Amino acid sequence: MFASLAGVLFDGFAYGMLLFLLSVGLSVTLGMMNFVNLAHCSFAMVGAYATFSLAARHGWPFLATLPMAFVAAAVISIILERTLYRRLYRSSDLDQCLFTIGIVFISIAVYAWFYTTEQQSVQVPEWLKGAQHVGGTTFANYRIFLIVIGLAITAALVLLVERTRFGAQVRAAVDNQRMARGLGIDVDRAFMFTFALGGGLAGLGGALSIQMVGLDPTFALAYLVYVLIVVAVGGLGSIGGSFAAAVVLGISDMAGKYYFPWLGAFLIYLVMVALLMWRPLGLFGKR
Amino acid sequence: MENAKFRTLEYVFWACLLLPFVVTPAYLSLASQIAVTSLFALSLDLILGYAGIVSLGHAAFFGVGAYTAGLIAKHYWTEPLSGLLIAGLCSGIVGYALSHIVVRFRHLALIMLTMGFGLLLAEAANSASDLTGGADGLQGFHVPGVLGFKFDMFGRAAYAYALAVLFVSFLVARRVIHSPFGLALRGIRENAVRMPAIGAPSLAHLRKAYTIAAVMAGIAGAVLTHTTSTVSLETLSFGRSADVLVILILGGAGRLYGGIVGAIIYMVARDQFSGVNPQYWYFWIGLLLVAVVMFLPNGILGGLSALRKKPQ
Repeated sequence: MFASLAGVLFDGFAYGMLLFLLSVGLSVTLGMMNFVNLAHCSFAMVGAYATFSLAARHGWPFLATLPMAFVAAAVISIILERTLYRRLYRSSDLDQCLFTIGIVFISIAVYAWFYTTEQQSVQVPEWLKGAQHVGGTTFANYRIFLIVIGLAITAALVLLVERTRFGAQVRAAVDNQRMARGLGIDVDRAFMFTFALGGGLAGLGGALSIQMVGLDPTFALAYLVYVLIVVAVGGLGSIGGSFAAAVVLGISDMAGKYYFPWLGAFLIYLVMVALLMWRPLGLFGKR
Repeated sequence: MENAKFRTLEYVFWACLLLPFVVTPAYLSLASQIAVTSLFALSLDLILGYAGIVSLGHAAFFGVGAYTAGLIAKHYWTEPLSGLLIAGLCSGIVGYALSHIVVRFRHLALIMLTMGFGLLLAEAANSASDLTGGADGLQGFHVPGVLGFKFDMFGRAAYAYALAVLFVSFLVARRVIHSPFGLALRGIRENAVRMPAIGAPSLAHLRKAYTIAAVMAGIAGAVLTHTTSTVSLETLSFGRSADVLVILILGGAGRLYGGIVGAIIYMVARDQFSGVNPQYWYFWIGLLLVAVVMFLPNGILGGLSALRKKPQ
């Protein structure tokens, strides 16, 4: 019982790291511009397919493709932000939702056209394949790797936001956009970089998730619900909140699948609805 | 306030809906699907277009209605009109219960909560497979017909039934919209803070509108059950909630005919395109959504009425 509990906690934590990477960018950009970007998982898909093409079709080593996944997703998100999204910052929630859902549908069809609808996978290096056995509990190497990367990126993000000039601008813009503009901060520019960073991190998350959940063009829609739950529960514009929400969601999803398989995803949705009714602004939300 | 009387164009429009009987008899089953979807979109229009409640989980009520009608037909009797009323009543009760929670929230929390309730119901129906048939859907019943007209393979009675229910519900919705209550709803949509300040019981109005919309969505679900004699989990799915939202926005929210026009265009286009390749249907619907938001913020009907007003 204890061993399985440790295993569930470990697997859930690794899954939570993945969810954190996928959703942290959305949380911060939503907090800054109030822009509901439902196409965030499409950026993750861009990164995932970048890794897949480089690794499976051009023979790159898996680890070398990860930075490229980040770059590809970041570039695509900058292009979309500059050309399309910025026209909609003043539109209603509903318009933003519909517009970005449209982008999701287009991205699904485009990837289905180029990569077919088959489930794809990538080869990871040998040292990521095995597992460690400690006291009857199995710790898969790949999940340890996920946790290490997730924690390293969280630490880097916290440093970036708390200690740098850019981070101070982002925090100011999240807290009070008009005031930040009044102080001479170029919020649009800061937002563009934040958006690219968030898109890139999602791309990295997408690339890392291939090994765990596989990859097909419906990825952009399948993980959207999870990402939205993390954002809504964690609170807008909060890195710590997203981290906590992602870990809670990852662990409760794993625990639900392990202990109550007949409930399906019921438990997750119940937790989300209850948390939202209790705190509509999210666990750590300020506004 | 707009004129509440029927205009000539509206008579023509409803007369045109009778055309499938003579012009395209081969497509009558598609036509009855369109009528059902129109009714569903109309019910969403009441809360989204008129009361300003954005919902990503409206299929919950459609599904409750569909399953209620299916269970009655399977276990008790197959007379559709009474099943229709009971289905509407059941989804109305669910809607009234949820309305107490839903109307208090706005923005992202509202979208997430409506979506969450929709997903919860879908999961519950999936788990309770003894009652609902689970992923296989509810099968093993047959609704023979309505008022002596048989539901046959040509689908004449089915379309007549769906169209009649749509028309009656439309009249009810029209009456609601043109009443002082409808005016108050639009006031709440435009300014949720000022309406209570001038003495309108804002939350009570929203609850009422939400319940009416739930009843209508449930009736739409029941009509689908009666005309197809099956209920699938898809009636509760997130996809159906998203589809109906797209349909309403495409046609034009906040206009009574928006949902019907949107449903006709969307369903006919899907029928034609997905015959070629279902995968790429999503590309066109995505492009359509992007274009509507960018260039036609009030949907097709909004664009048309702007065109008509310009010359003056």
